[in-house]
Amino acid sequence: MNMQVQIRRRLMAGEREFVLDVEFESAQSRVALFGPSGSGKTLTVQAIAGLMRPDGGRIVLNGRTLFDSEAGICLAPQERRVAYLFQDYGLFPHLTVAQNISFGLKHGWRNPRRRDVPDAARRWVEAFELDSVMQNYPFEISGGQKQRVALARALAIEPDALLLDEPLAALDVALRKKLRAELAALQQRLDIPMILITHDPEDARELAEQVYLIRDGSITGTVPAHSL
Amino acid sequence: MPDFTVPLFLSLKVAGLATFFAGILGAGAAFALSRWRSRWCDVVDSFLTLPLVLPPTVMGYYLLILLGRRGWLGQWLAHWGIELVFSWQGAVIAASVVAFPLVLKSARAAFQDVDAQFENAARVLGIGEVAIFFRVVLPLASRGIFAGVLLAFARALGEFGATLMVAGNIPGRTQTLSIAIYQAVQAGDDGLANILVLITSATCIVALMLASRLWPDYSHRGRSRVRL
Repeated sequence: MNMQVQIRRRLMAGEREFVLDVEFESAQSRVALFGPSGSGKTLTVQAIAGLMRPDGGRIVLNGRTLFDSEAGICLAPQERRVAYLFQDYGLFPHLTVAQNISFGLKHGWRNPRRRDVPDAARRWVEAFELDSVMQNYPFEISGGQKQRVALARALAIEPDALLLDEPLAALDVALRKKLRAELAALQQRLDIPMILITHDPEDARELAEQVYLIRDGSITGTVPAHSL
Repeated sequence: MPDFTVPLFLSLKVAGLATFFAGILGAGAAFALSRWRSRWCDVVDSFLTLPLVLPPTVMGYYLLILLGRRGWLGQWLAHWGIELVFSWQGAVIAASVVAFPLVLKSARAAFQDVDAQFENAARVLGIGEVAIFFRVVLPLASRGIFAGVLLAFARALGEFGATLMVAGNIPGRTQTLSIAIYQAVQAGDDGLANILVLITSATCIVALMLASRLWPDYSHRGRSRVRL
């Protein structure tokens, strides 16, 4: 496991200038970016996923170059095989849970059918106990179920890496604890690098091996997760 | 009993085709405007909205200049043996033009309301841009577009001024319901006028009721809040 991230990007918001200049390299498979909101965490994972194009830098995951400004490489998000769990999950409101989970497995101009779920998705439906809500719409299920659906949808395409953007921030305290344990158990089963971004030290302690501290757009240091 | 079916079917044919053209072109222009980031955007939008604010007779006059025998488009079409002035096809064009901005306005708002996060979620799942339009953006904007299409149909069915200027008032050929009503009142034929008015009102009410029943309600799913 190896990840190498080096991103520069200048952003203007009205009169205010924000400079993102993030650089880290890790041989660990579970990494957390820990910092307050507005520090550039989400921008960093968006750049890794290909949703934001940096002005310059290099992103290499497991030996695969996703972005390299000098070599002129910038893979489209569609080619990166990086799963992204959005903060509020980003489940498609017009599709059922079954259709959401099979979304990435069906190519072409039409959405997956309501009933048949491909085998690659089945595995996660069972793992996350989603059988009973398959025909429901996202607005009809609980916060915890939404997160499981979003994870199942992201993992069904067998990604090479998983990005978690504040995965527990939208949940209440009791549920947060339960799902944190669930995520930790999931990490044991998956053999792919994960980058977690959070402002909650508890998340970083339980879900990462190495923690990078980020503030005002740059990495200010790194610590082992247990010492946070 | 006078034959009211001829103007009724002509009106439905003209309004139906005009709604189709205004729907496709209006939704297409709306999507382009919702994605196009330029200060010219609002200028183009205002120009395309002109048919909504200009008096229909003025719109009709412009169309006559454009499509008439001495108009540059009319001359070109005459080469191919096509004459639009004083034909029901001309009535379709007049109705399409005045109905177009109604689709444009609603559809633009609907496209802008679609959260970019859903598109990003589809991108990282490996879905191409064209497929994202058909599978995510269009369904989420569909209710707003449909509300505009419905207004366009009502407007096209009631079209009077521009149609009279372009297509004239030829019974059996270009005399639509609205024009037939005007003619009946002018001729003192109150019986016919009453029947035509009732038929027009009933057609509009039935179309409105059918439409809101046929369309799935996504509004409770947190998107496309346009109510019919």
